[in-house]
Amino acid sequence: MTWLSDSTVSRLRDVADWPDFAATKYELLEKAGLGGMASVYIAQDKDLDRRVAVKVIHTPVADPEIQQRMLAEARIIARLEHPGILPIHDMGSLPDGRVFYVMKLVHGLRLDRFMDKTPLLPDRLSVFLKICDAVAFAHSQGVIHRDLKPANVMIGDFGEVLVIDWGLAKAPGAETLESVVMGTPGYMAPEQEHGSTNTVDQRADVYSLGILLRSLLPAGGPNSLRAVAGKASAASPDGRYSTVLELAQEISRFLNGERVTAFPERLSQTAIRLVARHRTFVFLIATYLAVRLVLLLAAR
Amino acid sequence: MKKPVLGLVLGGVLGIFDGLSALLSAPEVAPEIVGIVIGSTIKGLIAGVLIGYFSHRVKSLALGILFGLGIGGLLAFLVAALQNAHYWEIMLPGSLVGVIVGYATQTYGKSRI
Repeated sequence: MTWLSDSTVSRLRDVADWPDFAATKYELLEKAGLGGMASVYIAQDKDLDRRVAVKVIHTPVADPEIQQRMLAEARIIARLEHPGILPIHDMGSLPDGRVFYVMKLVHGLRLDRFMDKTPLLPDRLSVFLKICDAVAFAHSQGVIHRDLKPANVMIGDFGEVLVIDWGLAKAPGAETLESVVMGTPGYMAPEQEHGSTNTVDQRADVYSLGILLRSLLPAGGPNSLRAVAGKASAASPDGRYSTVLELAQEISRFLNGERVTAFPERLSQTAIRLVARHRTFVFLIATYLAVRLVLLLAAR
Repeated sequence: MKKPVLGLVLGGVLGIFDGLSALLSAPEVAPEIVGIVIGSTIKGLIAGVLIGYFSHRVKSLALGILFGLGIGGLLAFLVAALQNAHYWEIMLPGSLVGVIVGYATQTYGKSRI
């Protein structure tokens, strides 16, 4: 008799629990992740001969509310066609009634892991701007993500930045659960924590982006960027940037060596910033003055 | 500000400074300082507008700086040749002014597109 190892038994048990995709064109290959209401699998699309990611509700028990939320999520993502938003390829339901949808499979890292490998602040801010771009697009379509955090941003192997997991997104016309707290503590805006779903607007995402920005800053990072993160994550929605675009413009200003509106500079700080921004020009002028001085001294 | 205008302004300002610096390097020329400043300013304006126009047409930092160096050096050489003296003292800062205007007009100012 051959004994199976614990890991093999565990794997067999896991596979036995996998949803039955036999009637579809997808063949599940491995489990990639586990969420609150659904699991994500890596699967093979047999028709198109490519790997995809499939999100399926955990249990075959047909809970109409969860089914509706999955369908709503799929429709929201389908509406958001943008390079920074993970595209959806297909959706359907299994014989046991479970709803699933199929997405592009991204090879890469979650934002928090990516940051560990990206020490340079401009590189981190460049990624942050791409996140802002995707979220701003969603806002332009009336969609609010409501769960922005490092775990919901993927950085692909080729530098593509993708905002994922729109399961808690609020879209125009979609039903929302009033008085239900939805989001991730630490990243969730105060108005979300109070469960006032109907009053939550795009500034809730601005709040989460502010917290996310703070997490991207190294210890002792620039005060101006800390001020931007602070303004974005102000407790009161009125104290924040009113749009993600405004927040992104502040970051662009910082990257261009311009003054950010959230940080009132002293004269010395303005001078230092301008010298840093125009350092080559300042160096040339200093060289010119030095040459003049040397010539003057030589003449005497 | 358009690049030729930027070159004109920068060349003019540096030209004035260049002329006034003669008061320090050669105090004996004080009685002729107005003429020197005017001449230096005109030199700076001509260099500035030429370099600015070049930057307006050609988008290349290296070529812009090289052109600035050439124009600044050439005009400074002509001024030194008129006096047939102080070549080193006139051409070195003059060439540097050309480099500064070349860099500035390539980096700043509105381009054609």
